[in-house]
Amino acid sequence: MSRPEDSLPPDLFYNDLESRKYTTSSRIRNIQASMTNRALELLDLKHPSFILDVGCGSGLSGEILSGVPPEEGGPHEWVGMDISASMLDVALQRDVEGDLFLADIGQGVPFRPGSFDAAISISAIQWLCNAESSDVSPEGRLTRFFGGLYASLRRGGRAVCQFYPKNDAQRMMISAAAVRAGFGAGILEDDPGTKSAKLYLVLTVGGGELESQGGDITGVVKGLNGVDIVDARRKAENARRKEERKGSKAWIMKKKDQLEKKGKIVKPSSKYTGRRRGPKF
Amino acid sequence: MKVLTVNFLTCAVKTCKTSPEAFPLHFRDAELAQQDLEFNPEFIKNMLLRLDWNAFRVTTSELGFSTIPAEKPEGDALNDETLLRDLHKVLLETQVMEGKLVCGHCAHEYAIKEGIANFLLPNHLV
Ligand SMILES: C[S@@+](CC[C@H](N)C(=O)[O-])C[C@H]1O[C@@H](n2cnc3c(N)ncnc32)[C@H](O)[C@@H]1O
Ligand SMILES: [Zn+2]
Repeated sequence: MSRPEDSLPPDLFYNDLESRKYTTSSRIRNIQASMTNRALELLDLKHPSFILDVGCGSGLSGEILSGVPPEEGGPHEWVGMDISASMLDVALQRDVEGDLFLADIGQGVPFRPGSFDAAISISAIQWLCNAESSDVSPEGRLTRFFGGLYASLRRGGRAVCQFYPKNDAQRMMISAAAVRAGFGAGILEDDPGTKSAKLYLVLTVGGGELESQGGDITGVVKGLNGVDIVDARRKAENARRKEERKGSKAWIMKKKDQLEKKGKIVKPSSKYTGRRRGPKF
Repeated sequence: MKVLTVNFLTCAVKTCKTSPEAFPLHFRDAELAQQDLEFNPEFIKNMLLRLDWNAFRVTTSELGFSTIPAEKPEGDALNDETLLRDLHKVLLETQVMEGKLVCGHCAHEYAIKEGIANFLLPNHLV
């Protein structure tokens, strides 16, 4: 199947006709709604929050944010950025509550530091990989986007980006750019290996509740149903061999013990001891 | 565009990122619309902490609001429902539908049409 990303730039692909078709398709509406709900679950917002919707389109993702009831921590206010005037026009006709901007996320995120509690992006950021011209490259655009996004989120804030990479190289290019911008990052995959597999890039800005949950993505989704964490599966597979492997927690504890007995100063052990820092993909 | 949003918006031009004159952006020829929204006091309280009060006063005076307190409300004032409702009205229910936002540093004008600001720039500026 051909990818729209390979056919035209986004502002041309999402013209008036395509934007209307996209927004009125009940199949698409259902998928976008369920992915947005999944992203919200991963954001785990406890209070009415200020959220950036990256590539908001006609508002299918954003309107879910406005609709979160008070019992579930909402309703949230959102700001949407999109490069397609036609998509935004449909959003206007649908009377969505978000504040809309005609903007190219590959040019950055023009908000002052710490503006948003959270960000979501549903089915948009893979478009950043398709930009080849004399003055821009996909890498440059990804760097500007993630750098701007990182700065615009408050400390402890999170972003969840559902995206459709064309292949592993794109998936790596996108996640590596997020990490370079400073994010703690992990990838979560729902229904892996099936036609409806969905990838979520979960990003954290240092110092939030995540740290207290162990500092990695597996903490975010602990206790949620139907979760398949790429990260965690690998962990489970390795768990047996891990015990005494060089660099493992057990191994480090043993070494520390030996050194201490020799009278050397060792750092106190914590739950982080022997954990790998930073993201794994 | 909502008054709240302008309090967080910066000029997108690269050379303006570190310039104090680039914030807040200034409204020119603004046409306002008022929209009734459900009162969300928790959200207003959440946002007050990070609202730049000086910038808020600049923006509201440009838009013709004259009754914004000189100091940011804090402490007990945050439980004053009348105040929260007033802030809700200005921050969320007041929208600029047409006009421009102008950068005080590079003078770039961002057009606002039907409430949507155009932040697309030529690549050499970002
Ligand atoms: C599949 S739609 C998703 C829209 C919305 N998030 C939803 O869930 O329905 C992808 C959107 O990404 C937008 N997009 C693609 N590249 C973009 C860019 N560089 N800057 C801003 N928006 C972009 C497109 O215009 C399009 O509206
Ligand atoms: Zn400027």
